Parts: sequence; C-alpha cells; structure tokens
Amino acid sequence: MKTVVHCDVNGEPREALADPRDTLLVLLRDRLGLTGTKEGCSNGNCGSCTVLLDDAPVCACLVLAGEAEGAQITTIEGVADGNTLHPVQKALIEHGGTQCGFCTPGIVISAVAMLAENPRPSDGQIRHAIAGNICRCTGYDKIVAAIAAAASEMQAGAKR
Amino acid sequence: MQAFSYERPRTVEDASRLLAGGRARALAGGTDLIPQLREGRREAGTIVDLKHIGELGAIVRTPDKGWRIGAAVSVRKLGADGDLARDYPGLIEAAQLIGSLQVQSRATLGGNLCNGAPSADAVPLLMSIEARVEIAGKGGRRTVSMDSLPLGPGKIALAPDELLVAIMLPARPTRSAARYLRFTPRREMDIAIAGAGVAVTLGAGGEIASARITLASVAPVPLRATRAEARLVGEGPTAALLAEAGQIAAGEAKPISDTRASADYRRELVAVLTRRALDACVAEASIGGATV
Repeated sequence: MKTVVHCDVNGEPREALADPRDTLLVLLRDRLGLTGTKEGCSNGNCGSCTVLLDDAPVCACLVLAGEAEGAQITTIEGVADGNTLHPVQKALIEHGGTQCGFCTPGIVISAVAMLAENPRPSDGQIRHAIAGNICRCTGYDKIVAAIAAAASEMQAGAKR
Repeated sequence: MQAFSYERPRTVEDASRLLAGGRARALAGGTDLIPQLREGRREAGTIVDLKHIGELGAIVRTPDKGWRIGAAVSVRKLGADGDLARDYPGLIEAAQLIGSLQVQSRATLGGNLCNGAPSADAVPLLMSIEARVEIAGKGGRRTVSMDSLPLGPGKIALAPDELLVAIMLPARPTRSAARYLRFTPRREMDIAIAGAGVAVTLGAGGEIASARITLASVAPVPLRATRAEARLVGEGPTAALLAEAGQIAAGEAKPISDTRASADYRRELVAVLTRRALDACVAEASIGGATV
C-alpha cells in the first residue's frame, strides 16, 4: 500500500505517494521528477545517487523513501543559487572535471558536504571525500584540482 | 523487490512486538539490508526501522566508565564523539573503514554485527576489547558476550523476534590499547581479505598482562586466535615474541581460497597484520593509554 511521504527537498516542503519498497532515489527521480540525481549501481558502491540527508551525504539508493519522512534533503538541483552555479560546479567546468557527466551530480554533493565541514582540505582529504564516487572517465586528477580550486575560491569569497 | 510494509516504532517494546509478528526484519542503517532485499538475498514482510527509538541512537558513558553505544548509532555519529574517540580510537578507525562516507552516514555498529559478515570491520576489535551486547526479546533483556553472537556468514545467534539494543564497551584499562588492521587490494571501498583486531594491556613491569586477538575474513566467523593470545601473556613484548604470535595466529586461521585471495596469502597476511597490530598496541599502551 502506498503512503504519503513528507520531506523538505532543496528548501521546499514536498509530499509524494510512495510504495514502501521505493528508495529515496525512486522518490526523488520518479515521484518528484528530480532527475539530476543519477542511478548507477543501486548498491551503494558508485555514489552516483549521492544526496544530502539532514546534511550528511548518503546514497539515495540505500535509503527507503519512508526513512526520509520528515528529513531535509538536498539534491544537485538545490546546489546552485538560482542561475549562479556553486563554486564547485563552476570549478568542475573550468578544470574539465566532467566528461560523460554521469558521476558529476554525486561528486558535487560529496564535495559540497566535505567543504561544509572542512573548508581547507588537502588533496588527500579531497580524494577521501570522493572515494565513494566512482568516475570512469576523467581519472580524478581534474576533479580533485577543481574541488581544491573551489575551496580556495570559497575561502577568498569569505574574506571579501 | 518483494512487498513489505515499513514501520517506525518509538520504543524497544513496540519494535519487539513488531519483530515477533513474523517475517519482520530490523532496519538500522540499511546499507546491507536494502541491497539484500532488492537482490532477494533476504526476505521480509515488515521492515522495522530502529532509528527513531531514542536509546538505540544514543552514545552514553556508563557509571563504570565504560560506554553504551545504541545499536542504531551511525558510524558518522560515532566518529563525532570526541570522548569515545579518546578512549577507543581504534574502534572509530575500524568503523571508518566501512564503505564510503555515504555509507558511514547510515551504517551502524549494530548492523555491522548483525549482518554477520566474517569481514565486518568493526567486529574484531569489539570482540578483542570484550564488548558485550544487550538484546531485547519476549522475556525481557539479556546481556551476552559478543563472542557468542556470530554463527556463520550472514548468521547470528539472535531469534527472529529478538533485537540488538546496544553494544557495551568496558572501561578502558590503564596501559591498554586496541587497534584493527586490515588488508584490502584497493585503498578505499573494499572488503578485507584479512584483518586483525587486537587489544593489549601491559602490566606494571611492562609485560603483557592480557592480549586478545580476533581475526577477520579467515573463517566463517570473526575468529579468536586464542593460542597466540596465550603465548603472549606474562611475557615482555619483544619484536621476536610479537612476530611469533603472528605466526601462531596464522596457524589458527582457517581461510578459504576465493576470487579475492588464496588461503595461503590470507595466512601470510594474518601473521603480518597481527604482528603490526600488536606492535601498535604495545607502543600505544606503554605511553600510558590511561583514561580520563
């Protein structure tokens, strides 16, 4: 039997009918139409479906829709400020840190989550933060460089 | 996925009642259970989400200076507890080997134990520090040694209507340390092909007063290396002795060969990981390791 799930998505209260078997990933993509979050392995191994659940990065495929009742969720659609891209998004474009782009939404969320807790990460810390996000195109170097550049940009922005 | 209903009880009693209803399964972090349900490897008619039961989500210092960790506390929350990390840094380190940061936002110590994997990263150290577990069932609550819980891959000694409530850590003894080391072919996002969780307490004269060694991924359950432990007790922790204990532990391991590693390689790893974990614990214990 379907039930109504209430949660806050990207700052807006939302409700949707969900089957108890639906994952948060299905809720976001199929019920709420937020298809920026990607389905990769559906097993928690690839990180393509990473979203923030009450500020913590999670694989949306490993959360049941019912578990999201009352939660605050941030998806890739909620990262930019209107038409102004988040510094992480801008840096990924500038550094060529995307290729096919499928892993990019998850990478952005993982990077945003890390920078909220650690605004001045080392390259090693950046690599650890995105270790749960598999990219099979770029080889990670450009992604790491982009996240490091975004961190610097955000530091400079905070001082301005 | 088969049809199931989702329940969110607020008390242990309500959760127990739901579990006793039959074909029910407890859900903590879900990082193992949800893929298992999807792939048909586990079945459930009712999913009982434990994350909204207060005591299951709490980390509490006990009056005897030990710790009571709710079975549904996430690894993320565990890692944020500075006092617990000062007492048992090795436990935090071991738990933070589980999956990715995304997985650690959800995964729990209770789930790591109840999933019953011989490779569970948090379990060997918990067994070596003599952690106990509190279990709620129809007849009330009981507390048992963790050693009695694992029965085989995916199997633990919990009745279907029983619920793991908390993991109880003893007060950390002075001049003691506990560490878990594992080996994985990849640095991140991998499963141990062998691991060793070690706890050492030193005596006043610097001799090994007690040692416990629990091995991962080399038997159907996390395996205590009791002969290696016995060899260490009462002796001075020389490099030769620790290496010998590693060799004895390797002899106690019962590994299989599979796609991830051969049995011989796993035995070699046990010798090395046990020696290194012992060495790290002795070094840490001898500079104090005092609590509070």
